[in-house]
Amino acid sequence: MAELRSGRPLLLQGNEAIVEGALAAGCRFFAGYPITPATEISEMMAYRLPAVGGTYIQMEDEIASLGAVIGASLAGAKSMTATSGPGFSLMQENIGFACIAEVPCVIVNVMRGGPSTGLPTKPSQGDVMQARWGTHGDHPIIVLSVSTTRECFDITVKAFNLSEKYRTPVILLSDEVVAHTREKIQLPHPEEIEVIDRIKPNMPPEWYIPYEDNTRGVPPMAVFGDGYRYHVTGLVHDVRGFPTERADEIKAFLTRIHRKIYQNYFDIIMTEEEHVDDAEVIVITYGAVARSAKRAVREARKRGVKAGMIKLITLWPFPRQALEPHLKRVRAVLVPEMNFGQVSREVKRINQGMTRIEKMNRIDGQLITPDEILTRLLKL
Amino acid sequence: MGTAAEVLKDFKGFNMKNIPTEELLSPGHRACQGCVEILGLRLALKAIGKDVIVASATGCMEIVTSPFPQTAWRVPWIHVAFENAAAVISGVEAAYKALIRKGKIEDKKVVFLAYGGDGGTADIGLQALSGALERGHDFVYLCLDNEAYMNTGIQRSSSTPYGAMTTTSPPGKKSIGQSTWKKNLPAIVAAHGIPYVATASPAYPVDLMNKVKKAATVPGPAYVHIYSTCPTGWRHDSSIAIEVAKMAVATNVFPLYEVIDGEWKLSRKNPKPKPVREYLKMQRRFRHLTDDEIAKIQARVDAEWKTLLERCGESPEAAKDKDE
Repeated sequence: MAELRSGRPLLLQGNEAIVEGALAAGCRFFAGYPITPATEISEMMAYRLPAVGGTYIQMEDEIASLGAVIGASLAGAKSMTATSGPGFSLMQENIGFACIAEVPCVIVNVMRGGPSTGLPTKPSQGDVMQARWGTHGDHPIIVLSVSTTRECFDITVKAFNLSEKYRTPVILLSDEVVAHTREKIQLPHPEEIEVIDRIKPNMPPEWYIPYEDNTRGVPPMAVFGDGYRYHVTGLVHDVRGFPTERADEIKAFLTRIHRKIYQNYFDIIMTEEEHVDDAEVIVITYGAVARSAKRAVREARKRGVKAGMIKLITLWPFPRQALEPHLKRVRAVLVPEMNFGQVSREVKRINQGMTRIEKMNRIDGQLITPDEILTRLLKL
Repeated sequence: MGTAAEVLKDFKGFNMKNIPTEELLSPGHRACQGCVEILGLRLALKAIGKDVIVASATGCMEIVTSPFPQTAWRVPWIHVAFENAAAVISGVEAAYKALIRKGKIEDKKVVFLAYGGDGGTADIGLQALSGALERGHDFVYLCLDNEAYMNTGIQRSSSTPYGAMTTTSPPGKKSIGQSTWKKNLPAIVAAHGIPYVATASPAYPVDLMNKVKKAATVPGPAYVHIYSTCPTGWRHDSSIAIEVAKMAVATNVFPLYEVIDGEWKLSRKNPKPKPVREYLKMQRRFRHLTDDEIAKIQARVDAEWKTLLERCGESPEAAKDKDE
């Protein structure tokens, strides 16, 4: 059990695949707290991490979970936590801290119905906007979503890579359906997996300026105890890490932490297209609903409707450039979601009257079925 | 004599003959077979009576008593988030007092009851509990301690005993199971200097009900820590749940005591404690433990018992003499 389970086919649920992905990406620290439907991630981590020399800690709540993850990451370990709605709400303050202190970490949110305790055992996609704006203040964030077990593996690896590359928290949105659907999966060999590690300072310690800008906008990150003087704070800070109230320094700092994400937009944006080239109507979808949409699009094609589908893997920053060319061209767009319309609102915002956007929502804790999407597609 | 002792001077308790027959927590709920947690809660409500407002943290008891479209509660009941039962009951109590003060409602001597599991009390809810104790609200808090997060499928909590198997403390070559000792929550609560703290076990129902009634009687905050055997999570037959609970007391794993106005008092002197092994072997969550580990647990239980006797002002020998 100790080694990565690549090679032979496995029957895994989404939550287990996330654990495999994290271990493959080099995650060696996990702090978490039990919560349905994310608990299996904690359980698997408790079982698997000690065997690969990693550390699992169960904390007293989700505030502490992300706190420990931030601490572990500053100490040099690739770190992750996993939770669901109520726990994700508790994590918001620390997410902001990780953004401002530029601490790489991965936060998995297996979405369930909300608000509050909500629907612990039912799926939802109600946390898309919270993932973007849950913590206060202007902040950059990367949010990815998964819709299959294999994606749970691949995108978790990607989440760690982006997090290390850009020194930023990455939020991975799964949902109850993806989390608990068991699928056959063949994990890639370790050498096939691209793993990115954070850049460490290579200058002498006395030359190290921890938050100095460079072309990438991502300063090298020293590990605690490496001999580099390194001040970490949740206050807005100058290039040396000390709190500042100087307008020019505040602006430079906040601009840089946004720039490091937006100037690398095309590295971060991931979408998957199906039958879009000649499509007259398209479905823009993500998460578990993308599975229903895929089937619906195929059925629609069989019935002579030129339908296509764009699956969003990166939700934030919003993949505007990937969608705009299609919005200019197609007759109509359908956005099915298990919420009252969070991504559809964003699609409408970038659409600017180019085409007709129709939303389709379920908020009753049930997955949107292929038939429902097909019916709407045929009427578009 | 402190305030609590003063109030409890003429305390009339229950006995097996006068236990109320009224069920405020009705049957037909969905607790597991052999659940001792719901038994503790049911007895506690009998002891308090119907003039009560209950705030429930998220947990087993919340889930099993309130699945739509049914409720097992025959008293006002509010389910709040995982961490804030004590904070919400603080608000209920403060508003109620204010409304009485303004003459808007009649003072019915309502008891304010908050409860949570060990996770909702010792882990995520500790801050809210400590705040409410410190502010001195007149309420009763019950910790229904089944020693892990059972609702989400048996994950360890800070109240899980050393060596226990849970899904997040799996025993194996590199792990003993739970690697830390159980948090002594009643002592932490007692350190707040509140009028009444007690430990109770549903295996001793009259004792439990008397303690809950005392808790409801004293002015100010009161806390009762209820040991709640969980056949599902502890991996023992549901028919022996009460025997396990009795064995916990007989082996000094879970001693019963009260702290009234800061004075510690043993409820059951245990002159001839049974070896801890007998308690451990009843439950499959401990079956991987070696003799060395059991000896370690025995030493810890003995040391904690000694500390408790000292706190209660009894020497181990004196306790023995009095009982014999």
